[in-house]
Amino acid sequence: MTHPLDPYLRPETLPTPFCPGCGCGIVASAFLRAARELGHSDLSGFVFVSGIGCSSWIPSPHFKADSIHILHGRSIPTAMGVKAVRPELEVVVFGGDGDLASIGLGHLVHAARRNLEVLVIMVNNMVYGMTGGQLAPTTPRGAVTATSPYGNPESPIDMVRTLAAAGASYVARGCVAYPRHLEKLMLEALQASGFRFVEAVSTCTTHFQLMLGTKSPVEALKKLRELVEFRDVMQGPREGRLPLGSWRPPGRRPGFVESLRGLR
Amino acid sequence: MKPRFMQGNEACAEGAILAGCKFFAGYPITPQSEIMRYMAEKLPKLGGVYIQAEDEIAAICSVIGASWAGAKAMTATSGPGFSLMQEALSYAVMTETPLVVVDVQRLGPSTGQATKCGQGDIMQSRWGRHGDQTLVVLAPYSPQEMLELTARAFSIACKLRTPVIVLSDETVAHMREEVYIPEGLEAPEPPRPKPGEAEFFGSREPAGVPPMPRVGDGFNVMVTGSTHDSRGYRKTADPQVHRRLVTRIVAKIESREPELRDIDYYGVESPELLLVAVGSAARSVKEAVRRLLSRGVRAALFRPRTLFPFPASTLSQLAEEAKAVLVVELNLGQLIEEVRKHIKPPCRVEGLNKIGGGEPIAPSEVEKAAARLL
Ligand code: SF4
Repeated sequence: MTHPLDPYLRPETLPTPFCPGCGCGIVASAFLRAARELGHSDLSGFVFVSGIGCSSWIPSPHFKADSIHILHGRSIPTAMGVKAVRPELEVVVFGGDGDLASIGLGHLVHAARRNLEVLVIMVNNMVYGMTGGQLAPTTPRGAVTATSPYGNPESPIDMVRTLAAAGASYVARGCVAYPRHLEKLMLEALQASGFRFVEAVSTCTTHFQLMLGTKSPVEALKKLRELVEFRDVMQGPREGRLPLGSWRPPGRRPGFVESLRGLR
Repeated sequence: MKPRFMQGNEACAEGAILAGCKFFAGYPITPQSEIMRYMAEKLPKLGGVYIQAEDEIAAICSVIGASWAGAKAMTATSGPGFSLMQEALSYAVMTETPLVVVDVQRLGPSTGQATKCGQGDIMQSRWGRHGDQTLVVLAPYSPQEMLELTARAFSIACKLRTPVIVLSDETVAHMREEVYIPEGLEAPEPPRPKPGEAEFFGSREPAGVPPMPRVGDGFNVMVTGSTHDSRGYRKTADPQVHRRLVTRIVAKIESREPELRDIDYYGVESPELLLVAVGSAARSVKEAVRRLLSRGVRAALFRPRTLFPFPASTLSQLAEEAKAVLVVELNLGQLIEEVRKHIKPPCRVEGLNKIGGGEPIAPSEVEKAAARLL
């Protein structure tokens, strides 16, 4: 039996090691469907870079493509090195909220400021999954996690608005509870240029059920729909609900690698 | 051949360019600044890429990315920045990524005396990383060697698919001397795979160097710092795969000590007093040895330009007849620990050490220490 996404995957790595009901599979499929829609019959021409965390395993080892699985938080500068040397390649970064919005945040802001020509896909499950459900910089205020037993005393960061302010050419937020919309955002991002950021609000069925108060992956996905809503992403979260949609700044800024080449 | 009057740091950058370096990323830190400035000016004109990174971690990680994209790539830093790069260097060892890091040592710990000379990173260069690993460390002591050893670092990095450290110091980096530019400094490409090959992380040879594809060339290469099999697949629990991989990566360097060996030896053949030093400290020692020899003292300087893998067997042989070995360092005693391991009693091993204010060790101080030992 074949699946339409088979040409993009390494069959020997399936099934994935993700827990049943994890959002990572939906994010992977949304990306691959978007690539297919754009006419890519395989992933040659793409290079994937990821850090450490569950979602960093989406491209490595599952995608039949070149991939660099680098240090925790350092996918962005690694991608910068690849893109600067081989500008003809489409460089895509996958990572989690811990990897990109905590330890790797500084690099991400600078990549947006430079308008580095890469696409960054951040799977935001609001928690550290791989290490056992610890607090993340995206965890809602008050939430109980493995390391916030009395409730999270911190406020979460809005990565979409942060990166828009830093100079991104395209920012978007989708949700694994709305896979078709997420796929549409990936398609837009792949067609845009410069620094592009897509956040995919996701679930960690293993560690976040507790916080969501749900008992099954299906329930968790339903619950996720209560945490998001379709409206202007630049307005930010309201009453605990994250806005879904996309935004791009007016006009076009030159890309970083494009500018580097211009120095010659 | 007409020499050029060059500063150590400039010679280092020029050596990298002559070796074929096409990517440099760095973060400002004294006393390596002239390397960055030189690269920023020259690389774009040569079709290369220069990037000022947001920090040292970004610098080394972009160098790793550039290396996998096919460029000869380098960064330069000093002690504190070198510490920040260690995690990524461990990754480069594990993934067999060729790259060059120049560490122009200054006086730590911490910010210490940031503009002054010190040699406090000798052990950091060899042991600063987590996990079982090794890499190659070269130690220049003049602008001429800054040029030649930096070029050689690229050549070793590419041939052996390994990070190579050029361990310099503030004095060597900032001095100006005549530099002759030799021919043939261009480094080879790393071994590249033939179409259809798929084993980029393993070898039948216990110390083999597997071929390294570039990303974007259709090999579907998977690069990971987790334990991986010869095809790059993560194997995070299999004891055999881990043993095989890490043992080969270490053996790849250690077993090649004879061919990597590069020693500047100056003095009598079987000395009663053997002096060991690298970098700027070795310059004073050389002068001291010259004076000792003229007074009839059977002395010699042993200066390993390839500092690691350490030329242990050569040192042991040379010291066979010696009464004493004196290790001269601008720190409180680091290289002496390595030397001690390879010297047998009754030969004594003593240190002459100095720190603070960037003061060099004077040849007369070396002579005095030598007199005490004989
Ligand atoms: S721990 Fe959470 S994020 Fe990780 S695979 Fe399991 S469900 Fe997914």
